[in-house]
Amino acid sequence: MGLELFNTFILLLLVVTALAALRVRDLITAAAVLGVYSFLMCLLWAEMGAVDVAFTEATVGAGISTVVLVATIFNLKRKSND
Amino acid sequence: MKWISLIPVVGVGVLLLFAAQDFPEWGDPQSPASQSPVASHFINNTGVDTEVPNMVTAVLADYRGFDTMFETVVVFIAGIAVLAILKGSGGRRRGTRRAYEVEAEPDIIVTHTVRLMVPVIQIFAFYVLAHGHVSPGGGFQGGVVMGASFILVALAWDLDHALVRMSLPRCMAIAAAGIIIYAGIGFLSMFLGGEFLDYAELEKVLPVSREMARYHAMLGVEIGVGFTVTSIMFALYANLSTEGRLKGGL
Repeated sequence: MGLELFNTFILLLLVVTALAALRVRDLITAAAVLGVYSFLMCLLWAEMGAVDVAFTEATVGAGISTVVLVATIFNLKRKSND
Repeated sequence: MKWISLIPVVGVGVLLLFAAQDFPEWGDPQSPASQSPVASHFINNTGVDTEVPNMVTAVLADYRGFDTMFETVVVFIAGIAVLAILKGSGGRRRGTRRAYEVEAEPDIIVTHTVRLMVPVIQIFAFYVLAHGHVSPGGGFQGGVVMGASFILVALAWDLDHALVRMSLPRCMAIAAAGIIIYAGIGFLSMFLGGEFLDYAELEKVLPVSREMARYHAMLGVEIGVGFTVTSIMFALYANLSTEGRLKGGL
């Protein structure tokens, strides 16, 4: 039961962060929110026992892609138009 | 217009949720994936064949080592492509200062924290790489952690500071060396009488049994993967953050 509650909480947070990343105007904030999304995915995978996948998600998804996204956004306009 | 596009999105979402009901229960031993002879073969034989406790690494680096080799090549090609597109393209903007490009001293708190953290991160990267076939981890993860430590240096000071330690030509040389290590182990086992990437044949040059030869060869190819991923991750960041000018920080 506890595990089910934990899963439901993370899945709900996943939906919230995904929507937030779409709605936020500031692209740097959107990149940071996507990092949060990746860490939630990482938690979910670790909880399911796929520790190797969780590790990759934490390093590549939350670490490197956030940095690369931020680095790219610094060379663009910071605000999204839609 | 936005609201019209919502209709197919919701429709497809409902269809997907409907289809997902046919999935087996999570962790169900009777599910088709767990019942297939391939899965049970790996579960029963990995420890006997290769002496590697972490089945994921054994499948990744040994049973489907050919796949992983070309995954590494894909990472390498991606890095080369970014370099080819961005190198020199920033030249037309040279001289004009962007709004965020201000002269600023590196923050003393940030630099000192990074100074303390980078050695720990790098040793952890080596641990992840070298321990990858015993515990979760491996070449890709270790390489990314290692590359992240160089990116951290570039973020805390500026890119020039990191490029002194890891210049771009050196980066590409290390990336190529990684693939040569991987393919070299493959060819070595071929010359010793086996097939390409048939690590068990390495027992003829290593003073160990056939199983342990596969164990050690896996570490060898993981090191190759780690080399490539480390340098490509840093090269990606260095080029993307400066539009290929390789000067200054973010």
